[in-house]
Amino acid sequence: MSAPNKSYDPVEVEALKPEEIERMRDEALAAVAAAADLDALREVKAAHAGDRSPLALANREIGALPPHAKAEAGKRMGMARGAVNKAFAARQAELEAERDARVLVEEAVDVTLAYDRTPAGARHPITTLSERIEDVFVAMGYEVAEGPEVEAEWFNFDALNIAQDHPARAMQDTLFVQAPGTKAQASRHEAASGVVLRTHTSPVQVRTMLDREPPVYVICPGRVYRMDELDATHTPVFTQVELLAIDEGLTMADLKGTIEHMVRSLFGEGLTTRLRPNYFPFTEPSAELDMQCYVCRGESAGNPDRPCRTCSSEGWIELGGCGMVNPRVLTAAGIDPQKYSGFAFGFGIERLLMFRHNVEDMRDMVEGDVRFTRPFGMEI
Amino acid sequence: MRAPLSWLREYVDLPAGETGRDVQAKLIAAGLEVERVERLGDGLKGPLVVGQVLTIEELEGFRKPIRFCTVDVGTANGTGEPQEIVCGARNFSVGDKVVVVLPGAVLPGDFAIAARKTYGKTSHGMICSGEELGMGDDGTHGIIVLPQEYEPGTDAIELLQLVDEVLDIAVTPDRGYCLSMRGIAREAATAYGLPLRDPALLDVPAPNAFGYPVKVADPAGCDRFTARTVTGIDSEARSPIWLQRRLQKAGMRPISLAVDITNYVMLELGQPLHAYDRSRLDGPIGVRRAERGEKLTTLDGTKRVLDPEDLVITDNRGPIGLAGVMGGAETEIGDHAAGEGTTEVVIEAAHFDPVVIARAVRRHKLPSEASKRFERGVDPQAASAAAQRTADLLVLLAGGTAEAGVTEFAAPSGPRTIAMRADHPDRVAGVEYGRETVVRHLQEVGCDVYGQDELIVTVPSWRPDLTDPNDLAEEVIRLEGYENLPATLPAPPAGRGLTHRQRLHRRVGRALAGAGYVEVLNYPFVGDWALDHLGLEADDPRRTTVRLVNPLSEAEPALRTTMLPGLFTALRRNDSRGEHDLALFETGLVFLPTGEETTPVRLPVDRRPTDEEIAGLNAALPRQPRRAAAVLAGARELDGYWGKGRPAGWADAVEAGRTVAREAGAELIVRQDQRAPFHPGRCAAFYAVVDGAEVFAGSAGELHPRVVKAFGLPERTCAMEIDLDVLQQAGAGAVEAPQVSSFPVATQDVALVVDASVAAADVEAALRSGAGELLESLRLFDVFTGEQIGAGRKSLAYALRFRAADRTLTAEEASGARDAAVAAAVERTGAVLRGA
Repeated sequence: MSAPNKSYDPVEVEALKPEEIERMRDEALAAVAAAADLDALREVKAAHAGDRSPLALANREIGALPPHAKAEAGKRMGMARGAVNKAFAARQAELEAERDARVLVEEAVDVTLAYDRTPAGARHPITTLSERIEDVFVAMGYEVAEGPEVEAEWFNFDALNIAQDHPARAMQDTLFVQAPGTKAQASRHEAASGVVLRTHTSPVQVRTMLDREPPVYVICPGRVYRMDELDATHTPVFTQVELLAIDEGLTMADLKGTIEHMVRSLFGEGLTTRLRPNYFPFTEPSAELDMQCYVCRGESAGNPDRPCRTCSSEGWIELGGCGMVNPRVLTAAGIDPQKYSGFAFGFGIERLLMFRHNVEDMRDMVEGDVRFTRPFGMEI
Repeated sequence: MRAPLSWLREYVDLPAGETGRDVQAKLIAAGLEVERVERLGDGLKGPLVVGQVLTIEELEGFRKPIRFCTVDVGTANGTGEPQEIVCGARNFSVGDKVVVVLPGAVLPGDFAIAARKTYGKTSHGMICSGEELGMGDDGTHGIIVLPQEYEPGTDAIELLQLVDEVLDIAVTPDRGYCLSMRGIAREAATAYGLPLRDPALLDVPAPNAFGYPVKVADPAGCDRFTARTVTGIDSEARSPIWLQRRLQKAGMRPISLAVDITNYVMLELGQPLHAYDRSRLDGPIGVRRAERGEKLTTLDGTKRVLDPEDLVITDNRGPIGLAGVMGGAETEIGDHAAGEGTTEVVIEAAHFDPVVIARAVRRHKLPSEASKRFERGVDPQAASAAAQRTADLLVLLAGGTAEAGVTEFAAPSGPRTIAMRADHPDRVAGVEYGRETVVRHLQEVGCDVYGQDELIVTVPSWRPDLTDPNDLAEEVIRLEGYENLPATLPAPPAGRGLTHRQRLHRRVGRALAGAGYVEVLNYPFVGDWALDHLGLEADDPRRTTVRLVNPLSEAEPALRTTMLPGLFTALRRNDSRGEHDLALFETGLVFLPTGEETTPVRLPVDRRPTDEEIAGLNAALPRQPRRAAAVLAGARELDGYWGKGRPAGWADAVEAGRTVAREAGAELIVRQDQRAPFHPGRCAAFYAVVDGAEVFAGSAGELHPRVVKAFGLPERTCAMEIDLDVLQQAGAGAVEAPQVSSFPVATQDVALVVDASVAAADVEAALRSGAGELLESLRLFDVFTGEQIGAGRKSLAYALRFRAADRTLTAEEASGARDAAVAAAVERTGAVLRGA
């Protein structure tokens, strides 16, 4: 760098001559234009726009000029460097675009490749279907009640108006718990403990009535046990959902409307239900409940041209048993049958799953084969 | 109960064109479970006629005896010539009347009959057995041999009443009266609005003192006993075809005339009857409870030791029948074929207590047609009519003489009445029927009704099930038609949604499924073999199980105390079916005896039990906590284009426990453990803090190789089991939101060398406590063992992130906090800072 020109004499600075600046600028522009790739451009940038480039070095000499010359030289210099930087940026963008176009093509992958790195999990459809039903009733204002699976006979039978020698007790083929301390070979009589594996979730209803003041609106899902052989349509351990409503002035019409609401929530609008008289000790009047077949909507009945697999062309699907809570049950649970009435309804989730999802063999729900369960995912 | 439509029409004039399906629909609507309608003789086409066997030629040289017969079929074959027929049966002789099907006919099952060559002859038709005609088993296993009175050529379709429809009805326990044609006819008559011809309306002579002596010592068990005597019975008389056919259609086998008549009357009136051979009775008939040790050989040939609760029928020798269940072999009606023809019978028509009968059936495992009816309640007023009807039929069909003596014991009882408000059925149904409709329907079912707003209803003797106003309401509503009920939706009070426990259960399921586990639902039954396979010590509490009196399988007579055996079975099943990379989970109850279970007292049902009484019932139950459990085998991550996979390992199992605990909001303490069924070096114990105390919550790890082998599992199977109830109690409740600082983070890495036996969890805890509140997070990023560290030592490398809420930390502050963390680890775990 030249020393400051203190005497203000005009001094000719070779590097700042206009033609010299033009030459340096043109050289730089030519080099930028000639740079074939980003690496070359980076070198060009160092040579022509870096700290040690001719233009940068010349720029430092401006200080050596007398004041009146500084402005003009500065302006000329600025324009030259601006042109170079602009050309450089343009070339940089151009080359980057070229590179990106090339590299991104090279980086292309087959996004249809399968990705089964971690096998998928799933919840059991019995669980999710049971929850689905709970949600329908919870939305109506019901609460979900639970209770023990090993249950005292009083809750499972007596309180439900199933007396000791009632044929209904034999009907349900109960699994009895052995009294502690008795031998494995003890007779039924000796081993009687007054405790059973619950044969329905109705004991939960009794417990709920004992725990709460009416009105009571609960749904009781859970596992129940009956003496049965496992086959395509039976399992000795199955899942039941029962509902119980106790309030002033409840009627069979309320029962029918409530179940119709559930059926429509689960199977779609427009389906009707049908009650048929039946007998259960804990309800009086009692009924068997059918829903209109959601597949053929009843049109397969008596119509050989349109057979329906889901309802065996009956037009109706048997859902479960229901009725008005027997006032004797209310009495045993400490509820005044003069003031309150109630209805109850119960059905098996396994059967519901069978006809809602065309499950052909109930054993599939029991055996835990992951191929059966995985497609059901997290919700149903 | 099988009810032939032709028989039903005897009591109700059903419209002529009404089919079995029509009647079925009407009866279903009225509450009878008509399961199906059997169409007898469907597709049957004649000619099917009576024939008389003229000649029999025994054909020789075949593997079984074959007969070539000529049979007179009248003019049914168009020629009047004898019909040539080949027959394989042997229970007939020349001159017998048989049933012949001629060419052109079609038998049930689309069996077309044509002349055909067989055994070297041409058979122009067939001599028929009952089975071939769809008549059911007649006990002969041969062709039908008819009584002589029928002319050859007579149409046998009509004669044998082969075309009919039978309603098969599953009778519910409350409708015992429908175990009779009388009861079903009553329902049909009501359903069609037609009059009923009640077969029990018979003229019955008044009781007198000349009948067969009967002493009822237990009027509670037997409140009615009628005895009639019929003498002079032709012991060779056979049941007429109509009688046999009705029994067959109802599902019973004809046996002998006297027995057939008692069965017939039972089917007709619902009253079980017993016929004693009078010559075999020794002295008066008695009814009493059995004495301890008494024995009785019942009609089925079984010698039974009687229970003092059994109600028995006796004579001077002792018990001759198990009352209401089955008669004894000694006084059985004699078999004519065995040369023991009975000529005098005493008919018993009694009424027994349903509970007494039900218990006897269960004790002796001896259900019978009689006990089925007594258990469900028989009309006590029908006994004398049934005895009369039996006597009448014996006189009519067996040429007997009814003796004038009529014995009748009847414990005093009045008619039963129920008080009910006239609008009660309306209030049960939610429909306004009105008093008139209510009264009409109650009368239809046989009630007498008095009163206006408050009705006094006398129920008929055949309806012991009608006891409460709601029973009467059901009768009204079903006769009005359940199908006509409207649908209304009640409005429950606002609910509170799912409970914390219920939401936790759902979250745990979703979290585990989200982590790749597939839910299974196993039966909760275990056998001791499974507990042995788990390698449990003799005193392990998991060996104390709840046991079943009548298990589904003798191999699994107890309830699970751990979820694992069921999961192992499911894992093995999947593995054997070709799925090897498996992660399964289950949530459910385990059953843990408390050792202090009491036997519950039998509580009454006519009032609410007290809280103490309820507590007493609960004390009889085992603990039933809810668990979550998981098993893993094969690859947790599969090999693929993305790189190498990774086998499932102990760490996955422990992590599954952590996943569950996170959902519960519980802080899980993990400790090294040695516990069956796990690998002693790869077993974690879970603890959680409940009410200030550490509580054991479960285990996880790799299974012991012996357990893997015993259960036949894939190598290195891992498992986890954790108690959801404990975690729920340990849950921290609502999360308090952290203060998120926007100042820069200062990261410091440390590597600490500790003895191999030092738990990483302890090192981490020491670092955390030493680092103080500037520590934002801490992560173990490497574990290293090797020569550089020294044998029996391991290096744990942690990344510590420090951050303050209110300022940028200086390098000195961050280093100071790190040094304090290291110092705590050095002091508590003997750690040495690596590279220091």
